[in-house]
Amino acid sequence: MPQGILAVTEQADSALKNISFEVISTGKKLAETTGGPLTAAILGAGVDAMASQAAEYGADRILLADHEGLKDGLADACIQAVAQLVASADPAVVLIGATSLGKDIAARLSARLNAPLAMDCVAVRADGDRIVATRPMYGGKVLADVSLNGSPAIVAIRPRAMEAVAAQGAAGEVETVAVSLDGSTLSLVEKHMETGKIELTEADVVVTGGRGMGGDDFAVVEALAKALGGAVGASRSAVDEGWRPVSDQVGQTGKVVAPNLYIACGVSGAIQHLAGMASSRVVVAINKDPEAPIFSKCDFGIVGDLFDLVPALTAEIEKLKG
Amino acid sequence: MEIAVLLKQVPATESMIEISDDGSAIKTEGINWVMNPYDEMAVEEALQIRADTGGTVTVFSLGPEKVAEALRTALAMGADTAVRIDPKGKPLDGLAVAKVLAGELKKGAFDLIVGGHRAVDDDNFQVGPAVAELMSIPHISMVIKQDVADGRIRCTRTIDGGTLVLETTLPALITTQRGLNEPRYASLPGIMKAKKKPIDTRPLSETGTDPGAPMVQILAMRLPPQRKGGRIIEGDRAGDKAVALVKALREEAKVI
Repeated sequence: MPQGILAVTEQADSALKNISFEVISTGKKLAETTGGPLTAAILGAGVDAMASQAAEYGADRILLADHEGLKDGLADACIQAVAQLVASADPAVVLIGATSLGKDIAARLSARLNAPLAMDCVAVRADGDRIVATRPMYGGKVLADVSLNGSPAIVAIRPRAMEAVAAQGAAGEVETVAVSLDGSTLSLVEKHMETGKIELTEADVVVTGGRGMGGDDFAVVEALAKALGGAVGASRSAVDEGWRPVSDQVGQTGKVVAPNLYIACGVSGAIQHLAGMASSRVVVAINKDPEAPIFSKCDFGIVGDLFDLVPALTAEIEKLKG
Repeated sequence: MEIAVLLKQVPATESMIEISDDGSAIKTEGINWVMNPYDEMAVEEALQIRADTGGTVTVFSLGPEKVAEALRTALAMGADTAVRIDPKGKPLDGLAVAKVLAGELKKGAFDLIVGGHRAVDDDNFQVGPAVAELMSIPHISMVIKQDVADGRIRCTRTIDGGTLVLETTLPALITTQRGLNEPRYASLPGIMKAKKKPIDTRPLSETGTDPGAPMVQILAMRLPPQRKGGRIIEGDRAGDKAVALVKALREEAKVI
């Protein structure tokens, strides 16, 4: 009889990513109703040092899959390892981060295990014997509660949707699982990370430029983002104009963001854009058109020329931060 | 190259979404249904590959009669043949859809399968990789560039905060990401020609695939909390407004 929860972690640069702690913490909370144990799965090459990090967030048990073939974090090898860890832990629920890698693993795992999957969830609870997850649909225009009937229930958690809470007194017992990887046909040719750039979906502050930028000079928006320690986003029009890369796009056909502070500069507020930033905690809109739809979906608005207002705002924030 | 494209018909992204009275689905009246934008990229990429390597492009969709419109659009863009699997009202979750599609794809001999990385209605990110899993072939998601040569495919894909260049063997499945291409518009002759092309319609019950009962069910839908109109910060000059906004963000909203 499957029981307990398996929290599948992900790492970058020899440390567990934040989403991993969010996943473990979600598991900890869920285990209060489903019962334990809460097992954290760590997969990679040379990952034993990360076990203590998982324990700090309250994992009862830690399974390590340490294999040279997991070094590059390629989806097909990770899927094989996760499937073997699931077999070893036999959990009722598998939690995983809905990152680019996590989504690939979750989708294939559901097919491999013939198990229900709820992707990109912002909440999860147990309702009697079944797991109920809440997930945005239609680019965030709708929230749906879905039930997962089958075992294990696979729930992929949206980054930043859940809180990571350190749990005291947990003494996670560490166990190494020997995984065998074969038939991997995917090979890594090249990896390119944008250094020094804060990922939009992980940022506490997002400053977005829209059509009102009038061109590819985003210097004022970049300066404000830098002053706030945030990331720069772009509306679809700004991306379509070729002013910013596709990876900067916020909206229904781009990225869904949920920062504490979202500042939209020269963004009119098309419905697709509003959907992509609706979960932000506080929204500020700066636009010279007082009739722009964005003003009806913000917390604070300033009507005026962004090229005057944004530098003034940056100066004020720099003053504040000394 | 024999190429298959998986496509879905979805509400256009500019649609206002309302929830049905029983709370388990969206209201469909007045919705403009279109091909999922990522699937348009899939059709475009398949057509570009066909232009280089020869072969055929077959588009697959699972859904009611209405879905034929999206398939016709793909035919008008230049796809060779279209297959519609009719579920006849049977409810299917993402995995069930993948099972049905994989079952039909196995009946062909496709070198490459292309789909969108997600459909912009249920945002599942599931069907593409799940189809690949059920067919025991590799997949690469969120592709922004690809090259096919000598039975292999090399793709650049987006990941959180960067890109990967990956290579794998064919047959394989890839999913599209914005940046891969700009889908063409169907030409008028293309549209005329597409009207005459038959759509191979297969009732689910005759496919030989039993997807089983859906394991994921929508219990309730609701609209997320809506923001009311924001407070407009007034001031004579830009500097005054900036001071007032920073004060509000610091003292009221407590976000900086």
